[in-house]
Amino acid sequence: MPHVTFTRHLQRFFPTLTEGEYPGTTVRELIDELERRYPGFASYVTDETGRLRRHVNVFVGEEPIYDRERLGDALAPHDHVYILQALSGG
Amino acid sequence: MSDQILLGTRKGTLILDRKGGRWTPRPIAHAGMSISYAAKDPRDGTIWVAMDHAHWGPKLSRSKDDGKTWEHITQIAYPKGARFIEQHMPTPGPEVERPTTYKEATLLKVWVLAFAGPDQPGVIHAGTLPGGLFTSRDGGETWELNRPLWNHESRGGDLFAGDATSKNHWGGTPAAIAYGEFVPGIHSVIVDPRDSNHVYVAVSCAGVLETRDGGKTWHGCNRGMLNDYLPNPEAEWGHDPHFVTMCPGQPDRLWQQNHTGVFTSEDGARTWKRVSRPEVAVHFGFPIAVDERDGNTAWVVPAKGDDERMTPGAALFVARTTDGGATWQTFREGLPQEHAYDVVYRHALDARGDCVCFGSTTGNVYVSEDRGETWRCIGNNFPPVHSVRFA
Repeated sequence: MPHVTFTRHLQRFFPTLTEGEYPGTTVRELIDELERRYPGFASYVTDETGRLRRHVNVFVGEEPIYDRERLGDALAPHDHVYILQALSGG
Repeated sequence: MSDQILLGTRKGTLILDRKGGRWTPRPIAHAGMSISYAAKDPRDGTIWVAMDHAHWGPKLSRSKDDGKTWEHITQIAYPKGARFIEQHMPTPGPEVERPTTYKEATLLKVWVLAFAGPDQPGVIHAGTLPGGLFTSRDGGETWELNRPLWNHESRGGDLFAGDATSKNHWGGTPAAIAYGEFVPGIHSVIVDPRDSNHVYVAVSCAGVLETRDGGKTWHGCNRGMLNDYLPNPEAEWGHDPHFVTMCPGQPDRLWQQNHTGVFTSEDGARTWKRVSRPEVAVHFGFPIAVDERDGNTAWVVPAKGDDERMTPGAALFVARTTDGGATWQTFREGLPQEHAYDVVYRHALDARGDCVCFGSTTGNVYVSEDRGETWRCIGNNFPPVHSVRFA
């Protein structure tokens, strides 16, 4: 399963959010899984159309994801995913 | 007299309590988060806060224990298929002919919250960018887009169903540009205390609309409005109300601080008349407040024209009329009279009983306890103030 690291800022809203392994073969599946475990999580990183919010970044390894609209980027079991706030929103 | 003021600021929510004649702020809540609006529901005392988080999107927060603890609740979301006709910021050079394009709506900002009366317990309205009115009928647990207003003929008709069937008259507001889109916004929602099915909304930039049947049908209420920026100043649409409010004790008396002056209505917004007095600098500005009982009494904090948007003459003052706008008195005692560049946003002035309070973008908050005649500073170092509401 991919390993996921979160910006600590998300713990303000989801205090039990912890770094670790979460299932998902695409970024979309991963976000859906995080929504199941932490209800409301998806509305923080994506808008109501499912797009990544403008000032949120998701990296797979060191590369930002390509598909910010549908989150279709594939994830491999050993990928390290980072869900971070973008510097642009600060 | 109210003993509590709620401030929505660029960096959090501030609650000020009046104790022993002093207004004392509590430690900031929602620290670091931009708060677009904060108000208390008079029906049950719940404090509602609209957060405007740059990273994580607009969110609502509420407190049922007078600000001791806060809960994040189900969020407002535009339904799938809620589209609007895309508009474009004016660009230098010749006007470009563009095809009509549509955009899927996403919530950019909750701009204002309004509470229905005791005849509709649990009903709360939220005015948003990009121009949707949302209503909750269960105390904020769930929210629904008001489709008749979203699908109004002044916006192109039912875009859920297909392409536009009428011309769009709702223009973008510059207040939306920070969100990366040029879209309209609903910043004023007014519920008639006689009948909660009677609601007005004000839209930048379109004008005022009214429903008398609980949101099933809407019509424009802009007769008498004057838009100095249009070839036909009496056009039905295209107006830029900055804030609209109603006298609760005389609900047919409405007041409007518009981009093009101060307007008032004595007939429930059927007609408006301009009551600006530019000779005493009462013309441009953002907020307006009306007395709770006397519909002839209103307050404004003017700004100098839309070319500067600053305190006229760098000397802060509040203007009050007690005769329906025929004359205005200006009050300066207790307010800085030099080097003051404050601007007061549309939700950052409120009146309750003999108390009037306003906060500015430079983080200054002033209160008057004698109906605006003399003022006292209750803080100079607050974050930029977005909203001021007596609780």
